[in-house]
Amino acid sequence: MDFQDYKGVWVFIEEKDGVIAPVSLELLGAGRKLADKRGVELGGILIGENIKSLAATIFEYGADIAYVYDQPIFKHYRTESFMKALLDCSNKHKPEIILFGATSTGKDLASAVATDLPTGLTADTTELDVEEETGLLLASRPAFGGNIMATILCKKYRPQMATVRSKVMKALDPQPGRKGEVIEEKISLKEADIRTKVLEIVKETTKKVRIDEADIIVAGGKGLGSAEGFQLIHQLAETLGGAVGASRDVVEAGWVEHARQVGQTGVTVTPKIYFAIGISGAIQHIVGMKNSGLIIAINKDSEAPIFEASHYGIVGDAFEIVPILIEQFKKAISREEVSHVREV
Amino acid sequence: MLHIVACIKQVPDTKIIKMNPKTNTMDRRTAPAILNPYDAHAVEEAVRIRERYGGTVSVLTMGPPPAVKAIKKCIEIGADEGYLITDRRFAGADTLATSYALTKAIDKISKIKPVDLIICGKMSIDGDTGQVGPGIARRLDIPPLTSVNKVVEIQQEKGYCVVHRKLEDGHEVIQSSMPCLLSVEKTINEVPYSPFPNMLKAARYEPHIWSVDDLEDVDIKQLGLKGSPTIVSKVWAPPKPEGGTMLEGSPQEQVEQLLSIILERKELFSVKEES
Amino acid sequence: MSEKFDAIVVGAGPAGISCAYDLAKGGANVLLLERGEYPGSKNVMGGVLYRKMMEDVIPEFYKEAPLERPIVEQRFMMMDKESAVTFGYKGMEWGKEPYNNFTVLRAKFDQWFAEKAVEQGAVLINETVVLECIVENGKVVGVRTDRPNGDVYADVVVLADGVNSLLAQSLGFHKEYKPDEVALATMEILKLDKKVIEDRFNLEDNQGCTIELFGDATKGILGTGFLYTNKDTLSIGVGTLLSGLIKHKIRPYDLLEYVKNHPMIRPYIQGSEPQEYLAHLIPEGGYNSMGKIVGDGVIVIGDASQLVNAIHREGSNLAMTSGRLAAETILQAKEAGDFSERMLDEYRLKLLNGFVGQDMKKYKDSTHHFDKFPQYFDQYIPMMNKAASQMFTVDGSSKWEKQKKIWSDIGSTKEKMKIARDFYRAWKVIK
Ligand SMILES: Cc1cc2nc3c(=O)[nH]c(=O)nc-3n(C[C@H](O)[C@H](O)[C@H](O)COP(=O)(O)OP(=O)(O)OC[C@H]3O[C@@H](n4cnc5c(N)ncnc54)[C@H](O)[C@@H]3O)c2cc1C
Ligand SMILES: Cc1cc2nc3c(=O)[nH]c(=O)nc-3n(C[C@H](O)[C@H](O)[C@H](O)COP(=O)(O)OP(=O)(O)OC[C@H]3O[C@@H](n4cnc5c(N)ncnc54)[C@H](O)[C@@H]3O)c2cc1C
Ligand SMILES: Nc1ncnc2c1ncn2[C@@H]1O[C@H](COP(=O)(O)O)[C@@H](O)[C@H]1O
Repeated sequence: MDFQDYKGVWVFIEEKDGVIAPVSLELLGAGRKLADKRGVELGGILIGENIKSLAATIFEYGADIAYVYDQPIFKHYRTESFMKALLDCSNKHKPEIILFGATSTGKDLASAVATDLPTGLTADTTELDVEEETGLLLASRPAFGGNIMATILCKKYRPQMATVRSKVMKALDPQPGRKGEVIEEKISLKEADIRTKVLEIVKETTKKVRIDEADIIVAGGKGLGSAEGFQLIHQLAETLGGAVGASRDVVEAGWVEHARQVGQTGVTVTPKIYFAIGISGAIQHIVGMKNSGLIIAINKDSEAPIFEASHYGIVGDAFEIVPILIEQFKKAISREEVSHVREV
Repeated sequence: MLHIVACIKQVPDTKIIKMNPKTNTMDRRTAPAILNPYDAHAVEEAVRIRERYGGTVSVLTMGPPPAVKAIKKCIEIGADEGYLITDRRFAGADTLATSYALTKAIDKISKIKPVDLIICGKMSIDGDTGQVGPGIARRLDIPPLTSVNKVVEIQQEKGYCVVHRKLEDGHEVIQSSMPCLLSVEKTINEVPYSPFPNMLKAARYEPHIWSVDDLEDVDIKQLGLKGSPTIVSKVWAPPKPEGGTMLEGSPQEQVEQLLSIILERKELFSVKEES
Repeated sequence: MSEKFDAIVVGAGPAGISCAYDLAKGGANVLLLERGEYPGSKNVMGGVLYRKMMEDVIPEFYKEAPLERPIVEQRFMMMDKESAVTFGYKGMEWGKEPYNNFTVLRAKFDQWFAEKAVEQGAVLINETVVLECIVENGKVVGVRTDRPNGDVYADVVVLADGVNSLLAQSLGFHKEYKPDEVALATMEILKLDKKVIEDRFNLEDNQGCTIELFGDATKGILGTGFLYTNKDTLSIGVGTLLSGLIKHKIRPYDLLEYVKNHPMIRPYIQGSEPQEYLAHLIPEGGYNSMGKIVGDGVIVIGDASQLVNAIHREGSNLAMTSGRLAAETILQAKEAGDFSERMLDEYRLKLLNGFVGQDMKKYKDSTHHFDKFPQYFDQYIPMMNKAASQMFTVDGSSKWEKQKKIWSDIGSTKEKMKIARDFYRAWKVIK
């Protein structure tokens, strides 16, 4: 394999109903940096039906080239058809790096493509860098339940591939009118060649989270006073998109079901953020949450042991602090999100 | 009669893993080995399909000899047979080398009884990639169907099945030719409390154990560390946030400080993927 | 109906595993049922395992078993609020084969031990709770588990389900324990650097120390505490009669916190990190509260039959011996094809005539005695501390004067007589 033949950084552009997924724009931002460091071009691959017009958008977000496969057969995402397009493109134009969003589609496609090429694929990357001279991609990701970070390299194969989590990279501010080169491609693929069919697409709006799998847990304790008081915890959890947790005393009082109990006789959790509100911090509780990424305690009693187990603490009345938090958070988030394209 | 192979893995329970802060290595002693939770659902789904349509459920794992325990767990869930491929030459495999080895084992299992359906978990909690399943499918040249959260029907005679694939905002109904490979979500089923006769069977069950030499047409260069394009070059502990800081000021000010801390992790506050 | 076994052993603690091991070794088809995720997963013990009784089951087990440290020093601390009188023995002969005893962590040890029984041919099933014995015509013929299709049958059922055996209770073998028949023990396993442990306890690599705590460790309530060294953890715990906790309205966990913060203890555990918190009952009624232990098709062993020597913190050894004797009897019964109460009663006789029964009888009044006369714990231990303090404080007065003062501080002649009587009585129950 002659590495000299492989040039350029690519991003697979995920699209649905004519809208580009935010993660793809974020990856264009990240890819731009890698491409600049290497002094190569940034490409975006667009596969779909009636998607050619999206090329303009990806140029505004940093791409130099758009590789476009615009054929009816790509109306719905299917592993086999998209994979064939991507393999075709990669074999023809030989990029050194291809990035995918770590979404269901991105991961599905990347896994299939990497096996066929074959090459190495790093999943769920949260940090990206490249060696200027060699073009070696430094893809870092959390491992073992977030306990450690690992940098993964693919030294002997090209292209190098990675899927990247949403919202960890930053999209560039779009530059209206920024132009690039559109390369239109086509593959001959008949419907009969493809072994899967999309029969129907069903949209759902409900979300639910299991507490031991949640990234954010808002846990409340006896300090909330009553089942009514505990509603505050539900409100905060809902605002943050997290799951509700509780101390044993709360569960025993019947304010929430046992499945939400954190601790020795409940579940052990390692969310990225853990709020302990009105929880004193008994050892049996602590053992169930101490490995969480970021622990925030709110308690009236400045001596409460929970503060020793927390990264940040607020001494105060939950009924005063939490409503302010909910309100401020909503404001902050709506400020952040305005400019963004629809969620994938 | 269907023959379903579920690929399963034994993993350290990452929930209880502790890191040695000095060496940045895992204290494996504190992390008991368990059946990858996602794979329990894969096996359960295979068992349910067998109950609906008849057939055999085999489980397959690549791992060290103690992985027999994970196979036994699958027998408890209701699997009929278990295969362990274990060999020093498999060690250090990344997803590409893992899918290669598993494919060779599936080839051999197919010779015992042709395989109609392969089911994997969505991901392993240690490898955490979800890449092995699709990798196997590509190598066998069968359709990979990831994020499956419902098996609607299986038409063995007609050679197709219909499943739901979970999407970020709903699901799609997919028809696929068979054989094919499914990677399943946890939500696809609940793994019930195993009946006693299964427990008894599992306690006594001895799985088939194969080494590299028991498999056919194996290219040794594609196995283990040698066959793995990716390498882990560096491992470090994620920087801990400033510990034990007490926020100060008026409630309003405290909340503002808190907000700026949590919004550093803005990526978390999105429509979370359900799993 | 699933197959029938020669024997079903309920509970994979030291008693049940020993029994299943010997049964399997003797050629019986034996099923060992355990409710925990694995044997030992939830089992609690301060952690002293006695070499002799374990060797009766597996000779030279110490060459292979997961043990923490062989114990070379045993200390006793009579504690007051801010002082302690300590005595003990350290002997290097205990540090080499064949050893005297070891500290163990049950989660590891029981798992290993059960593995050994499986190697002998026992069938082990975890995560399965036995709900009740299946009784037909007054004879126990099997057990009902909590799993679907969960009935299993056997010629004989061995109940090794630990203290407060609900199964023996449901057969009417014993009543629910009264608060003065059981102690509630709470303990924590504290993580501490191996080197730090060895420095603090004055130990060489692979040596262990046990400290038994009396007096203020339990705030004067009848009970004891302990602090044991493991490889890179410490086990610390307190146990008191349930009746004492009720009377003094103390939560067991608070008592443990109290001990951990006691000035005599805190320096030993400073900087350690709690790893596990455990709570468990200990049967302390002794010989007098032992119930029926043999019936048609059923035998009760270990803690389930109240076999604990409260004075000498022995339990696992008695459990193992009872398990061994039960296996012996069952193998004979199998030979004879007779599993009646009369046949199985051989077990009871062997048990009571052996060291287990002897010890149980010898100490039969001890717990009761100390419970009735709380002054040992709440008066005499502080008195000892005061005396020692006066004796060893160098303040210019002569040792004669000190002794005289100590003697007069104890009280009037009448009080002195009472103390002498108490000490004699205590001596009689524990000697
Ligand atoms: C064997 C055993 C197992 C156990 N297992 C578990 C377990 O798995 N999980 C578990 O959680 N517990 C467990 N416990 C119980 C544990 O010991 C504690 O009792 C329990 O965690 C206390 O719950 P809490 O913090 O909600 O209540 P409390 O200890 O009553 O604390 C309430 C806290 O709220 C604060 N507060 C009061 N009002 C306000 C306000 N308006 N605003 C802010 N703060 C306020 C108070 O200062 C106090 O710190 C176990 C106990 C034992 C013995
Ligand atoms: C704090 C503490 C310190 C101690 N220190 C010592 C010491 O240093 N040295 C010593 O020798 N002894 C000590 N003991 C006593 C010792 O732990 C016991 O005597 C010993 O464990 C008894 O063994 P066993 O097999 O009878 O019961 P256990 O060890 O209690 O085992 C019973 C088993 O049965 C299982 N079980 C119970 N019910 C069911 C059911 N329905 N279905 C299925 N399975 C069931 C349980 O999960 C458990 O595994 C201590 C006890 C405590 C609490
Ligand atoms: N060593 C292995 N043996 C068998 N199956 C595996 C192995 N590793 C991964 N798998 C399967 O592939 C799925 C995804 O794993 P991963 O790609 O490691 O996240 C798992 O849920 C298993 O079903």
